[in-house]
Order: sequence, then structure tokens, then C-alpha cells
Amino acid sequence: MAEYKPIRKVVSGNYAAAYAVKHARVEVVAAYPITPQTSIIEKIAEFIANGEVENLEYVPVESEHSAMAACIGASAAGARVFTATSAQGLALMHEMLHWASGARLPVVMVDVNRAMAPPWSVWDDQTDSLAQRDTGWMQFYAENNQEVYDGVLMAFKIAETVNLPAMVIESAFILSHTYDVVEMIPQELVDEFLPPRKPLYDLTNFERPFSIGALGTPADYYEFRYKIQRAMEKAKEVIHEVGKEFGERFGRDYSQMIELYRTEDADFVFMGMGSLMGTVKQAVDVLRDEGYKVGAAKVRWFRPFPKEELYELAKNVEGIAVLDRNYSFGMEGILFTEAKGALYNTNAKPIMKNYIVGLGGRDFTVSDVRKIAENMRAIIEKGELDVEVDWYHLKR
Amino acid sequence: MNTLFGERKEGATKIVLKSVDEYPEAPVTLGTTLTNFTGDWRTFIPVIDDSKCVKCYICWKFCPEPAIFIREDGYVGVDYDYCKGCGICANECPTNAITMEKEEK
Ligand code: SF4
Ligand code: SF4
Repeated sequence: MAEYKPIRKVVSGNYAAAYAVKHARVEVVAAYPITPQTSIIEKIAEFIANGEVENLEYVPVESEHSAMAACIGASAAGARVFTATSAQGLALMHEMLHWASGARLPVVMVDVNRAMAPPWSVWDDQTDSLAQRDTGWMQFYAENNQEVYDGVLMAFKIAETVNLPAMVIESAFILSHTYDVVEMIPQELVDEFLPPRKPLYDLTNFERPFSIGALGTPADYYEFRYKIQRAMEKAKEVIHEVGKEFGERFGRDYSQMIELYRTEDADFVFMGMGSLMGTVKQAVDVLRDEGYKVGAAKVRWFRPFPKEELYELAKNVEGIAVLDRNYSFGMEGILFTEAKGALYNTNAKPIMKNYIVGLGGRDFTVSDVRKIAENMRAIIEKGELDVEVDWYHLKR
Repeated sequence: MNTLFGERKEGATKIVLKSVDEYPEAPVTLGTTLTNFTGDWRTFIPVIDDSKCVKCYICWKFCPEPAIFIREDGYVGVDYDYCKGCGICANECPTNAITMEKEEK
């Protein structure tokens, strides 16, 4: 193993994604431009135009639905495949997302989280990716540009091990267009970490032809669905191993599906996903200085859902403030529903409250976290909730 | 079995998978129609009355599987491994030589 000397570049989250695609030696990219994702595929096109990548075919398509269809075809043929999208584009892919996971194709995509319209919006909001919860795609939420880069590389390895597609999700503008130092990995070391893909089935073996996604009658459909769930369960182990290996090789450990920050002796924790949690961690430091015993629990992987890790956390805290930059109408924040549901049949019963924050790119700051901390402390002291779901920023 | 397009491959048997572990990881169909017998879907079965048949072969053209074959005597027969019982043949036959009857299984 060659010695690891990181290459530091100042890049946007989108460029971090594009570099990861280059370093992963992706063979086919099919994508349609949509704000704020566009600069990912522009950068990839630039790599191709400059001859910086070999054997990378870019398929320009007329819509996101076609982009995913092209990815499915290329992945079925055995290629390492990537695409990127946002919001309405992701929604347009919805039907095809099921085909990718159902056919067990390890396509990797970056979704740049953007609010769904109307009102028309290009700003950060997680409802677009969370609306794809049940498509059989794994979902990794990046906190910063470094995690976008690392996440894409790990996603390929994990996806190709369990044969399920994966989404790496970054915040619109907050990450996609904001520049930061990213430590990139020299190509030889990426190659060692991520060898060429070995497809589950070889569609180019003409001696033994077969079809993918053909009819499954009631006699067979059920078993194939169970296999997807079994692969998701296996993915938890693979995520742990790959995250640990990444840490050993490159110094950033991703073995935990929930990253815990100063939670050891915390009375209560803030739980959430994505760039939001950078702000929360900073606020935790401030609040700790002010005498609050608080911590942060950043959910890195939303699918598969880290039930077991959540239980370990929940056993030891009195309260969990779940911060959702998303909403399921008629119910509550999506992470909140998932977290409560995961704990229902366990002995861990911390007080849980849902704060709806930052929808459509609304600013969420350290002082907001402090207000939430004050509210949580009061609730825990009293031992009962004021409201279960708090539309925190609402102009009242 | 002889059909107009030649002989069906020897040893074509339906694969019945008994446990989830016997299934392929992804929903691929190895051998495609050789193992996926559409005849399994049938509720009604076409019954052909040779005395009414005028050998026009409209049924052969319209059968979507295709499960109609032409026998050596020029009349038509049905490959029941693949006839899914859709009734198109009976509907199209100009002399009403084909009737659809409930199959006893
Ligand atoms: S019932 Fe349908 S499948 Fe069967 S022979 Fe007639 S047309 Fe073909
Ligand atoms: S359509 Fe009717 S008449 Fe014509 S070949 Fe078929 S069974 Fe005979």
C-alpha cells in the first residue's frame, strides 16, 4: 500500500462530487442539468473534454427519467454508473429508481437536496430525497464537501458489494456552491480501495442469454422483495466495514451510521441529517460552555436505517430533539417518524420532540439551536411535551 | 413437439423454486420462456373443433404467445405449456371452430 498523502483542493460540494466520480473511474454518466446540480455534470463534461478521464462515456439525455433509464441499461451491462439530480428531477426519476433497485443495480447518484415546488424554489430542503425513501435506494447524507467526496467513493464500494443503488445527498448551495478545502485521495490509492466493479450477472455473455426484470408472478415476486430487504440488512455490516476501512486508509472514520458528537454524558441530543448538523455541532460547543449537557447525533445513513445505533443512543439520554428539514404532510417530519417508530418496541423511551427547521432554504443558525435547547430543557424538567411537532420558524 | 418454426428444445422443464435461497439474487430469468410456462396462467382452455376448421390460420397469426401450431394434417393444435387462455384465437376464428371452456385442474 502506497503512503497516503492527501491532495488538498478548494472546491464546491458539486466539484467534490465530480472529482470523486473521476477518481472512482466511473464508466458511464447519464444526466440532465437541473439547478443546483448542474455544475457536477458540467465538471464531469470538462474532465472528458480535457482528456482527463479515460473510458468515461457521457450520455446527454432529454430528461431525468431517461437519465436513470440510461444508467439502468449501462449498469445492467456491467459498467460503473453515475448520475446526479435535484428535486423535481429526482421526482421525475421516481419510477426508474424502483427499476434500478429491483434489478439490483449499484448505480450511484448525487442528489443535491432542493425544495419541491410550488412555490418554485432552488434552496435546501430534504423532502425531495426523503420522498424516495421506499424506492430501495440507500441514502447517505453529507454534512460538508469532504463528506460528499468521501461519500461518493464509499457509496460505490458499498453499492457494488450488496448490489443496491445508493444516493449521496448534499445541501443545495450550502454545500453545492460553497467552496471549502477537500482532501482528495491520490488515484492509485483510490484504485486500491475501489477495484473495478464485478457485476452480479454478465449481460454480455451471449452463450447464456437472460432477461432482467421480466414478469414475476405472485409465485415469485415476494421472494425477490425479501432479497432486497436482506441486502439492506447486509448493507449495515458492509457500511460499517467500508467506513472503518476508509478510516484506516485515509484517516476519516465512517464506521458509524450515526455520528455521535459529545453525547457521552449528554442529557439530551439534537438529531438530524446533512449540512444542518455542522451548525448543530458548533452550537453544541457553545452550549457546553454555557453549561448545557448536550450532544449531536448526525444520521449519516437514512437507508438502511440505523435502528440498533439509535437504540444505543436513546438508552442513555433523556430527550431527543429531532430536527427535520423536510415534512410529510398529514403527519410530521420524516426522520422524527422513523426515529420514534424504531424505538417503539424497545425499552428506550426518551422524550422526543420534532422541530421543523430550514424548509426551502430558511436560515438555521447557532442561536436557533440555543432556543431549541432552552425549550428542550424546560420540557425535560417538566417531563411532558408542549407540542409534539414545532414549526419552529413560523411567522405567528 | 413440431411447430411451424421447428422443434421446441428438448428438456424444457419448468423451474419451481422452493426456498428463497434458491432464487437468483436479482430477478433475472435464465432461459426466459423455456422455464416460464405461460400455460400456468390459464383458467379457460381453447377447444378446437376440426370439423368446423377451414385451415385459414388466422388463429395461428393472432395467438400472442404463440401457442397455436399447425399439425401435419394441416389442422391446428395448441401447445398447452404456453397457451395462457386469453381467448384471442376463439374470438378471431371466422367459423367459430374454437370455444373457450373452463379448464379442470
Ligand atoms: S387462448 Fe390465447 S394463448 Fe391460447 S391458443 Fe388461443 S390465442 Fe393462443
Ligand atoms: S382460425 Fe379457426 S378456422 Fe382458421 S385455422 Fe384457426 S381454428 Fe381453423
